[in-house]
Amino acid sequence: MLIVSAIVSGLSLGAMYGLIALGYHVTYAVSSTVNFSQGSAVMLGAVLLYTLWITLGWPLGPAVAATLVLAALFGLVVERLLVRPFAVRGSNAWLMATVAGGIILDNAAMFLFGKEPRSLPSSLATSPIHVFGAGIYPLQLIIPVVGVAMAVGLQILLNRTTRGKRLLAVVQNPTAARLMGIDVTRTIAVSFAASAVLAAVAGMLIAPLFSVSSDMGLVFGIKAFAVAILGGIGSALGVMAAGFVYGLVEALVTSLLGSSYTQILVFSAVIVALALLPNGLFGRAAVKKV
Amino acid sequence: MAKPTSIPQARNQVGATAPVRSFARRVAAATLGAALLMAAPLRAEDTIKVGLVAALSGQSAKSGEAVTRGLEVAIGEINAAGGVLGKKIELVRRDDESNPAKGVLAARELVQKEKVVAFFGGIDTPVSLAIVPFANQAKVPFISVWAAGTGITRNGAAENYVFRVSAVDQLVDGAMLDYAIKKYKTAKPGLMLINNPWGESNEKGLKDASEAHKLTLAGAEKFDNADVDMVPQLTRLKDAGADTIFLVANVQPAAQVVKSLDRMGWNVPVVSHWGPAGGRFTELGGPSAEKVDMVQTFSFSGKLSPKGEAVLAALKSKYPQISSLADVTPAVGIANAYDAMHMVALAIAKAGTTDGPAVRKGFYDIGSYDGLIKRYNKPFSPENQDALGKDDYIFTHFQGAEIVPVN
Repeated sequence: MLIVSAIVSGLSLGAMYGLIALGYHVTYAVSSTVNFSQGSAVMLGAVLLYTLWITLGWPLGPAVAATLVLAALFGLVVERLLVRPFAVRGSNAWLMATVAGGIILDNAAMFLFGKEPRSLPSSLATSPIHVFGAGIYPLQLIIPVVGVAMAVGLQILLNRTTRGKRLLAVVQNPTAARLMGIDVTRTIAVSFAASAVLAAVAGMLIAPLFSVSSDMGLVFGIKAFAVAILGGIGSALGVMAAGFVYGLVEALVTSLLGSSYTQILVFSAVIVALALLPNGLFGRAAVKKV
Repeated sequence: MAKPTSIPQARNQVGATAPVRSFARRVAAATLGAALLMAAPLRAEDTIKVGLVAALSGQSAKSGEAVTRGLEVAIGEINAAGGVLGKKIELVRRDDESNPAKGVLAARELVQKEKVVAFFGGIDTPVSLAIVPFANQAKVPFISVWAAGTGITRNGAAENYVFRVSAVDQLVDGAMLDYAIKKYKTAKPGLMLINNPWGESNEKGLKDASEAHKLTLAGAEKFDNADVDMVPQLTRLKDAGADTIFLVANVQPAAQVVKSLDRMGWNVPVVSHWGPAGGRFTELGGPSAEKVDMVQTFSFSGKLSPKGEAVLAALKSKYPQISSLADVTPAVGIANAYDAMHMVALAIAKAGTTDGPAVRKGFYDIGSYDGLIKRYNKPFSPENQDALGKDDYIFTHFQGAEIVPVN
């Protein structure tokens, strides 16, 4: 009973981490930069959906669509204002700039959305179904499915299609890619939009299980980054798999050893894993063809 | 070659304009300074300032609002009756964002810049604990009107400037256990605690109380603010034979505990500290949140004393947004702050001055005060700086958005 419920909890939590971590993967694969305001994009997805659907009373479909469009726009703004100006100069300051951008967004959301956490109702998270004796909401089964589908989709898009190979060419050698007629700037911008959209999808799916608030994304963002690194940030399937591993370890440690040690043990395990496998659990050493 | 030459030029330009600018600034600063100097003594004679360092934003923002309302209604009454030492009282508020470092900075600013005579603290024990050493060092009375951490008032200082009109964890823990044994015949308590100093403070208190009743714990589990799923922790307690859950957390994680219990289909009595009272517990936790019994020091529901009626009427007229009893939830923040403000005024009156050490002695000299929560008699002494005790707690639960007494 203890183990079964831990596995169910772990897999569903892990899927959330993996889904958010895919956002780190997308931009890294294309431009070797990541958007550290990813946690805020998770929050943005949940807060926008709540505002459009519950506060303004839009139908669910258009509310979701508008949320995704606005999230994509946020991704474009992050890339244009917080990453590009620094990355073109070869500076790593985008790292701090995106963190700052996230903090600004969190605070703006607090003013506009309000200070209190709110609940996003969902019929998929009201009555639990029972799997091997452990209760689980239908939504918790949907999240892993969405996560794996997105990871597989990304993997195919990047590695099997011409368009995807073009994306990867950009990171291998931007100058050569440009000479081959690939619009490098636009490609990178699109990857940031995609990254924010992935985070917003995660935010919308997590919200009914948690609550909607302006500071909900911070911890998710941090854990998801650990997952992205652990999965060897260059592979979508690796990142998603690392999400499941992380969620499972977290739930199993809590169940078997007690919750007092969860954070210490889980983050220590991340450090040990990276020390032993510098390219992550599922990554390959980068081979740069010269 | 254009670039290198343009830079010194630019510097020269800055150099040329700099003295002009700094002269203008000096004039402006001097004018402002003179204006302030002239204004400051006038203001200082005008009012007695009291401060508030509390969460005015974030998940506990509602608590800061409640405390503010309690203080302002009391200040309104005091000022209408002529103020203290012939001066009006003025409230200066600062947001600690539930962050101890920000709380200490705000406390320093209130004491050193605003020259407050005394200041109040909000809902967060970690913030108040961080402010305690500063208050004792600055010799300015600091009154907790919500945070219940035992060590806030019982801090071991030789000259203790920290007072409290609120619950005390150690006493709450005893009261929670007494209540559960009486109502649910609890034999094996399971603890669910937030992973911070407030949770620590209660872990000790609940363990001591269980020992006093010769009960063995099923276990003590921790969780963090952003945890989504508490099923693993709760399953451990269930497997260890827990028959009652004792919950210590603020509203968001407490709601996740209730949802996790629902998902497990485990219908176990939950007796909670008052954290969930600070927000929309029933909205976040779902219908099962109504089953959670919570400690409070006061509720506006049911039959009120004449004082209760008067304060409720004052609240409604001062804050038009208050239309139902759900809008004066959580009542503890309002009631504790209201009584505390009146007792601060009494202490200043007893001291006859706004000097910190004298005001501290003034607290010990308060005779009786007919307050909102109860009639206080010699509420403070150097041995006990807590005005409320174990018998002053009531048990309540949410009914919709309102907090009502149990039965």
